[in-house]
Amino acid sequence: MLYVVILFLFAAITLYFLLGGADFGAGIIELFTSNDNKHRTRKTSYQAIGPIWEANHMWLIITVVILFVGFPTIYSEMCVYLHIPLLIMLLGITARGTAFAFRNYDAIKDEKTQGFYNHIFVYSSFVTPLFLGIIAGSALSGQIDPTAKTFAGVYIFSWLNWFSVSVGLFTVALCGFLAAIYLIGECPEVYDVKRFIKKAKAMNIAAVILGALVFLASYVEHVHLADWIFGNLLSLAAVIAATLSLVLLWFIISDKKNKQWIRVLAAFQVSMILISVGHTRFPRFVIFKDGSSMSLLTDHATGKSIDDLGVGLLVGSLFILPALGYLYYSFKKKGNETVEEH
Amino acid sequence: MDDFIAARSQMALSLGFHIIYSCIGMVMPVFMAISHYKWIKTHDPVYKNITVAWSKGVAIFFATGAVSGTMLSFELGLLWPGFMKHAGPIFGMPFSLEGVAFFIEAIALGFFLYGWNRLNTWFHWVTGIVVGISGIASGILVVSANSWMNSPSGFDFVNGKYLNIDPLKAMFNEAWFSESLHMTIAAFSATGFAVAGIHALMIYRNRNIHFHSKAFKIAIIFGAAAAILQPLSGDISAKGAAKRQPAKLAAMEAYFHTQEYAPLVIGGIPDTAAKKVNYGIEIPGLLSFLVHDNFKQQVNGLDKIPVKNQPPVAVTHYAFQIMVGFGMLMMLIGVLYFIALWKKKDWFTKGWFLKMFIWATPAGFIALEAGWTVTEVGRQPWIIQGVMRTSEAVTPMPGIQYSFYLFTFIYFTLSVFVIFLLKRQIQMVPELYDR
Repeated sequence: MLYVVILFLFAAITLYFLLGGADFGAGIIELFTSNDNKHRTRKTSYQAIGPIWEANHMWLIITVVILFVGFPTIYSEMCVYLHIPLLIMLLGITARGTAFAFRNYDAIKDEKTQGFYNHIFVYSSFVTPLFLGIIAGSALSGQIDPTAKTFAGVYIFSWLNWFSVSVGLFTVALCGFLAAIYLIGECPEVYDVKRFIKKAKAMNIAAVILGALVFLASYVEHVHLADWIFGNLLSLAAVIAATLSLVLLWFIISDKKNKQWIRVLAAFQVSMILISVGHTRFPRFVIFKDGSSMSLLTDHATGKSIDDLGVGLLVGSLFILPALGYLYYSFKKKGNETVEEH
Repeated sequence: MDDFIAARSQMALSLGFHIIYSCIGMVMPVFMAISHYKWIKTHDPVYKNITVAWSKGVAIFFATGAVSGTMLSFELGLLWPGFMKHAGPIFGMPFSLEGVAFFIEAIALGFFLYGWNRLNTWFHWVTGIVVGISGIASGILVVSANSWMNSPSGFDFVNGKYLNIDPLKAMFNEAWFSESLHMTIAAFSATGFAVAGIHALMIYRNRNIHFHSKAFKIAIIFGAAAAILQPLSGDISAKGAAKRQPAKLAAMEAYFHTQEYAPLVIGGIPDTAAKKVNYGIEIPGLLSFLVHDNFKQQVNGLDKIPVKNQPPVAVTHYAFQIMVGFGMLMMLIGVLYFIALWKKKDWFTKGWFLKMFIWATPAGFIALEAGWTVTEVGRQPWIIQGVMRTSEAVTPMPGIQYSFYLFTFIYFTLSVFVIFLLKRQIQMVPELYDR
């Protein structure tokens, strides 16, 4: 059952990254849209994510619950060392979620308040994945120093370092990329389609550059990222698959008929990156500066906890997945018809 | 402010706000589904308008409830890592199931809000019902996790180790039923009174009478019925507390000395040093009766509990009095409402009658907050009753007071916005919903 739980954990993280990431990305795209087009972008992204954004967000809750029920030591250690970035990420989630809801449900849509909500929405859409990436980068890279004695050493430099920050920025670019690809298929007008294709390309270039920065930072911070990835067959294969799919994506991105395919390819690419990193580090989940680590295979809950959690997740997914599938289907089947909301 | 107090204050603040958002998010969908049902049956457009107007409120409260709930799930770890390390695997079951329920609620809400004119009428209606049912289920599950902290079970605590963990047993701990029942009824009465109060104000101001009267009726029927039922569940809760947490019960009653014919103390100012209550009204034997169904039987007081294991008496006592006081007041108003409904229809047009509901708008939430204060402060100094002290659970990170200030700012800002948005919803009723 432990493996079922671990599988759900990775699935939840990946789905949060893909679906929640596309959500954050919509805000990032809006941030990098010229003022003339902001309104159009907002309208498209609202129609695309309005009905599903609450559900997308739930994958994070599932992740947290799996961690604290199944891997309580890992969860509580992360909560201690990464208290500050977790807090900032939380503030980002709060600001973003409420700003998104408020701007859509405010009964009076005057420019001033809408502008205020928009500002909060776009900046928090940037900050949240940045810190999500920082947290992931810090946990996996051995930057957390349990022997540090100062406040800064324990609670700041664990996450405020070149490597973690570059992973954060890379995450932001990936989210923007996912959102742009997703939105291409969501807008009825050619003008917008072209804009989002351009955005997707720009975000992809940014992701490649920031990905290179991650490698550079890993060198500076003595994180053996290249060894991990190139020294491991599956990780290497995943990276090669991601690169090939990227090439393919550039070829077919402008072809209207391939809307679904480019989505699949983009999701595939990002999943491959997660699998590549996840596989090299598995079963370790948090790695410390002194080389020790916390493992999913040993630092898990004992007794019936894991078994019951596994059963809970399996039964829960029987309810959730069909309902979620039908939700996506219902609001997608009519193509680009405007989502009317009363 | 030291870190421990800051962590406790931040948790109290977060819970205090989340409870309001989540109760409304839990109960409003039920009101919405009823009005929706009436629209489908009668085709009276007012009911459709009420449904749509309320659904906006649900969406706002769901969003704020979801983010404040997310914050709480992280705060459990951020502020109390020592607790989560041990408790996570034991009391995590209801949280896992709550995750499922919440997920279903989010999906159903997506269907409901965006399903007008797209979905089959009855399927659409059912999605609204699912929002309500899964919301209530989430509430019950979270309260069951809390009741485990008050009545820990499903594990053996041997030499500081937590052994033989059984999450299902932990979830169905002794207190889960009474706490969940008390909380669910409280959510209905608090939300019912709050929603009814706002509509009563609009009726009083002579705005969109038709719309607001129908909305008022749906909300207050639930609020009043729940308020009348609540003392029964309160009695079950108090008996449970007496059995499992005698220190909490003694603090609630500011009951210092063990005695037979134990009196119930109403009001008063507890003097912890002198171990007595000044200016309180004592009803001899009533506490014995409430706890044991017998006027004579002895009730254990704080003198039976070591001082280091006693909760803060004054706060718990005042909070308990406030809860009971407001609960009684609401029960009375509930009774008056039903009298008006059956016998005195003309009361509905009277100013005093409407004003009563307007003044009672926050009553349920005051009682609810006070009730939570009793539950949480009354459990101190334990985070897991009798097993782990709150001070052993707190994060080692210094500087928590800054986090507390930040959260205070965030929650107050959020609340200001929610009030601002609701005000604008109501302001727009004539244009949007009462055509």
